[in-house]
Amino acid sequence: MSVLVYTESENGALRKNAFEVASYGYAVAQQMGSSVTAISINASDADTLGTYGVAKVLNASGAGLESFNAKNYADVIAQAVQKEGASVIVVSSSTDAKYLAPILAAKLQAGYAPNVVAAPSSTAPFTVKRTAFSNKGFANTEITTDNKVVGVSGNAFGAIENPTTAQVEAFSPDMSSADTATKSVEVDKVSGKVTIADADTVVSGGRGLKGPENWGMVEELAEVLGAATACSKPVSDLGWRPHSEHVGQTGKPVASNLYIAIGISGAIQHLAGVSASKVKVVINTDPEAPFFKAADYGVVGDAFEVVPKLIEKLKEFKAQNG
Amino acid sequence: MKILVCISNVPDTTSKINFTADNSAFDTTGVQFVINPNDEFGLTRAMWFKEKQGATVHVANVGPATTEPAIRKALAIGADEAFRVDAEPTDGFFVAQQLAEVVKNGGYDLVIAGRESIDYNGGMVPGMLATLLDMNFVNNCIGLEVDGTSATASREIDGGKETLSTSLPLVIGGQKGLVEESDLRIPNMRGIMMARKKKLEVLAPAAATNATKDTSFEKPAPKGAVKMVDADNMAELVNLLHNEAKVI
Ligand SMILES: Cc1cc2nc3c(=O)[nH]c(=O)nc-3n(C[C@H](O)[C@H](O)[C@H](O)COP(=O)(O)OP(=O)(O)OC[C@H]3O[C@@H](n4cnc5c(N)ncnc54)[C@H](O)[C@@H]3O)c2cc1C
Ligand SMILES: Nc1ncnc2c1ncn2[C@@H]1O[C@H](COP(=O)(O)O)[C@@H](O)[C@H]1O
Repeated sequence: MSVLVYTESENGALRKNAFEVASYGYAVAQQMGSSVTAISINASDADTLGTYGVAKVLNASGAGLESFNAKNYADVIAQAVQKEGASVIVVSSSTDAKYLAPILAAKLQAGYAPNVVAAPSSTAPFTVKRTAFSNKGFANTEITTDNKVVGVSGNAFGAIENPTTAQVEAFSPDMSSADTATKSVEVDKVSGKVTIADADTVVSGGRGLKGPENWGMVEELAEVLGAATACSKPVSDLGWRPHSEHVGQTGKPVASNLYIAIGISGAIQHLAGVSASKVKVVINTDPEAPFFKAADYGVVGDAFEVVPKLIEKLKEFKAQNG
Repeated sequence: MKILVCISNVPDTTSKINFTADNSAFDTTGVQFVINPNDEFGLTRAMWFKEKQGATVHVANVGPATTEPAIRKALAIGADEAFRVDAEPTDGFFVAQQLAEVVKNGGYDLVIAGRESIDYNGGMVPGMLATLLDMNFVNNCIGLEVDGTSATASREIDGGKETLSTSLPLVIGGQKGLVEESDLRIPNMRGIMMARKKKLEVLAPAAATNATKDTSFEKPAPKGAVKMVDADNMAELVNLLHNEAKVI
């Protein structure tokens, strides 16, 4: 009855969310008096999961697993579930995890609770707290099936160190009935840029920035902070920024440590998607902008004056603090 | 090509969310319901397949009679026929099983659902449905072309997009991008009149099980007051972010 965590990797290296799901899995295992096994695919640094309490890693690779395929990856995880006799499976809230989790749940006849923000309040019955209504509320959800799939929200539970030594085992799943119908043809991704999903800080611009030519300072601010860039919906609809940067209820969700909103009014649909961020800074000329009510720090002022000054002060700060 | 568009009926995006006095349920008092925004993009894409490729478009919803305005709206936008499975959509697994029956009986080639409903944010019905039916599945779908039985779909990934080749029968979890915002259809008078005559069949639910149960709800803790920083004092903002908020 161990806990199985699916730890994602990219280009051979575990992603930040892998350590979060490992930490979450460890907490569940402690509650249930069992241990955590991780299943990773193509990770070359799987042993580092030991830092977060993972006792054993099944590291899968092979034909059909070279690149992400939701059905095949779900199948590998299901085989690992069987091998380990696991009943609780923990996945992240990445785009890929949200793609494969329902497939996995249906395969295992398991209930799936996504967007979970805390360790189970009880494991029998198995009850977790998760966001619902686009961050306007929380649901306490009981998973009533024998097998349970838990999707942990990014940056909610955190990566918590519980050092142990992880035994890494090569795992060769049976891929004889692998899915070949759905194939990746092209991946279009800016390399070397931190993504909204993985970023600790997100710098976001709205229609108040007047036009795409003014994004230089947003990018510079993001660079100083090691942040990802994002935008409000009209900004992507107007073609000022790519759709992949659109955040909010109908765009990407944001759950960063720091979210800086520049020239964004704070419409309810925008807030719904970004309010899971821990600290929000709002820069807006209009003191009545609704976003100030949802902010931690506010600056009333013209972005074209405020942002360059903020960049300058941050550079000074970085120079002093390394 | 026969397309089924799955629509969920959700609170309007501007709704205030409240729960009943004992926190056991969502309080729908005064709440306006709409077609889930992700499904509106899917429905508009389905209309394109109807107009350009002669597809037949049906819509389905699992819900009580109160969801019929949303279904009628989908018919007014141009769907040919509709089904309502007469049951409370108690959880994603249950809904997926109900929709699987509709898909099996209707022999659909393409099922267009949304990446998630904006009410319970399950994001699970399309993936479960595809798995129950052993159909191909693309989630977070932001582009779809069909040529005979082959399909090319693009999906959003963290940090960009991926193009996939796949084939019918196919289920997608769609979202904005599937069509442009400006292409979204609004029903016109003629559509509304025609929708009244279109078939909206009420189906008895199939035997199905639940896998989860929402036992109680909570509102987020009230937000502390915002701390204002003078626009001429960005050094202070940096100081607060470092020493107080500890995020830089
Ligand atoms: C179904 C639905 C779903 C939606 N989903 C989303 C979503 O997911 N994400 C989203 O973002 N929106 C969404 N919206 C749109 C949302 O309602 C708002 O229209 C949108 O968020 C507004 O974007 P904005 O704040 O950039 O622009 P505006 O509302 O135009 O605000 C611009 C702000 O910039 C300020 N400003 C102007 N000049 C300056 C300056 N020089 N310096 C500083 N500040 C300045 C102004 O005071 C103003 O507050 C949705 C709407 C609907 C109906
Ligand atoms: N009650 C329902 N009736 C019909 N389709 C639904 C229903 N609930 C969810 N769906 C479909 O599944 C998608 C994802 O919903 P969910 O899994 O609830 O987040 C929605 O966008 C709809 O396309």
